[in-house]
Amino acid sequence: MTEEYFYNPTELMVVNAARLLRDGDVVFVGVGIPNLACNLAMRTHAPNLQMIYEAGVIGAQPSRLPLSIGDPTLVTGSLSICSMYDIFTFYLQRGNVDVGFLGGAQIDQFGNINATVIGDYQSPKVRLPGSGGSMEIAAWANRCYIITPHQKRRFPAKVDFQTSIGFLSGGDARKKTGVRGAGPEAVVTNLGLLQPNEEGELVLTAMHPGVTFEQVQENTGWQLKKSPGWTVTEPPNQEELRILREELDPSGIYI
Amino acid sequence: MSKLMSLKEAIKKFIHDGDILYASGFTHLIPFAAGHEIIRQGFKDLVLARATPDLIYDQMVAAGCARKVVFSYMGNPGVGSLRRVRAAIEAGTLAWEEYSHFSMISRLQAGASGLPFMPMKNTGASDLAAQNPGYQRVKDPYTGEEVVVVPPLNPDVAIVHVQRSDNEGNAHVWGILGEQRLAAFASQHVIVTAEEIVDQSVIRSDPNRTLIPGLIVDAVCHVPYCAHPSYTQGYHDRDNQFYLDWDEISKTEANVRAYLDEWVYGLPDRAVFWEKLGPEVHERLLPGVKLSEPINYGDY
Repeated sequence: MTEEYFYNPTELMVVNAARLLRDGDVVFVGVGIPNLACNLAMRTHAPNLQMIYEAGVIGAQPSRLPLSIGDPTLVTGSLSICSMYDIFTFYLQRGNVDVGFLGGAQIDQFGNINATVIGDYQSPKVRLPGSGGSMEIAAWANRCYIITPHQKRRFPAKVDFQTSIGFLSGGDARKKTGVRGAGPEAVVTNLGLLQPNEEGELVLTAMHPGVTFEQVQENTGWQLKKSPGWTVTEPPNQEELRILREELDPSGIYI
Repeated sequence: MSKLMSLKEAIKKFIHDGDILYASGFTHLIPFAAGHEIIRQGFKDLVLARATPDLIYDQMVAAGCARKVVFSYMGNPGVGSLRRVRAAIEAGTLAWEEYSHFSMISRLQAGASGLPFMPMKNTGASDLAAQNPGYQRVKDPYTGEEVVVVPPLNPDVAIVHVQRSDNEGNAHVWGILGEQRLAAFASQHVIVTAEEIVDQSVIRSDPNRTLIPGLIVDAVCHVPYCAHPSYTQGYHDRDNQFYLDWDEISKTEANVRAYLDEWVYGLPDRAVFWEKLGPEVHERLLPGVKLSEPINYGDY
């Protein structure tokens, strides 16, 4: 029997995101939770993972947790620095990025993301930061992961604005656009994992220990389907928690 | 020919009300001292273009310098909302034009290359393109497929902060390169601000590190610590604490006004600003030393 440890929802999301990464992946990293997930994966099962940043940093080895995506710690000791035009063309558009991490205010039933606006675009109720790199990452990275707390307002049936695409209206809609990337492979939340079925619809494929389906449904804005082969995730183990707490985020900035 | 002048002089000479301005630097090397000088000189109706407007444009918008922002990520990087720009957009008092990072940078690439547009692959996302006529589609004459195109961005003035420059504006930059070079080549006029002014022999000792050539530069200003609270790789760290503090300050117009009065209008220049930050901040932002291995260019 697995020994159990106390952990918080953020640690749970970081650990589950880290486990989705594969050794050798080239990952387009964001700050915060994606950065923690990559560093955790590198220190556990994926030592050959390469972190690249939209600011134009390849093979970063940050010695401290960066607050921003352009922190100087990403530069010192990295493999290469290039311009933003190079990172978006040679690396992303050309197809040299395996994994992209995405986030946003809203994620819908087909994995489309809104990071732009709540309400009408021209007279916004809440103006959000906008695309940044996410429009292209969502389209051109081989696969994408979305990490977000599971709340009903974050999971509407349809986003107010499609900043970056998942599977559009489902079916072969994404494929028809001709974009090279396969789209979102998983949404990691504090309740479990949502993954696209063959129609591109996000369905529940895993729940974290102690979570009920009703709880997930209550926090999702559409009639959620449960995958026939759904599982319960392995709880974070002692080593994963130790690395997170002692090595990666000792001051508890994100976890 | 030396182009050395004070920042005050350079801003006065090359910036005009209504200009399109690109204060460059992606997180790194953002020329805050120049933004503050523009605020002090009271410029109006500027079109402020930057991939990330960052705190520099939040402050300039709050000070009433702008009629429009052009951007691709309007947030306080790593912190959250860019409150003054956001409030002005939500209130309908500030025009805006929006892109993704890549399309924004592609516009600079077109502008810097003298091209009528830049093609990009389709992203499948059509909502922004539906709102911004800058996004168009053309047929690839070779394959018949549709590609997305964006128009050139040619600012009137680019401001580029660098680690070191000679007095003609041949400038060495290292660390994150962002869109600096594109912004400089795309613009009509270029103001270089530098941590250090060095003899041209220093530049010639390492020509691969010259990001900006003097031949496109109009003014060279010696402005140490120009980038604070952004940073200059190897010279001072990013003041992350200030980015967090600004999140609080920028919640109310009154607090922003008080900040501008104390730290912008109330000070003559960057040297006094840096002094006013005090020894604790200086100490906190001082980086350690990590030298690169020297290389041999060869003596021919």
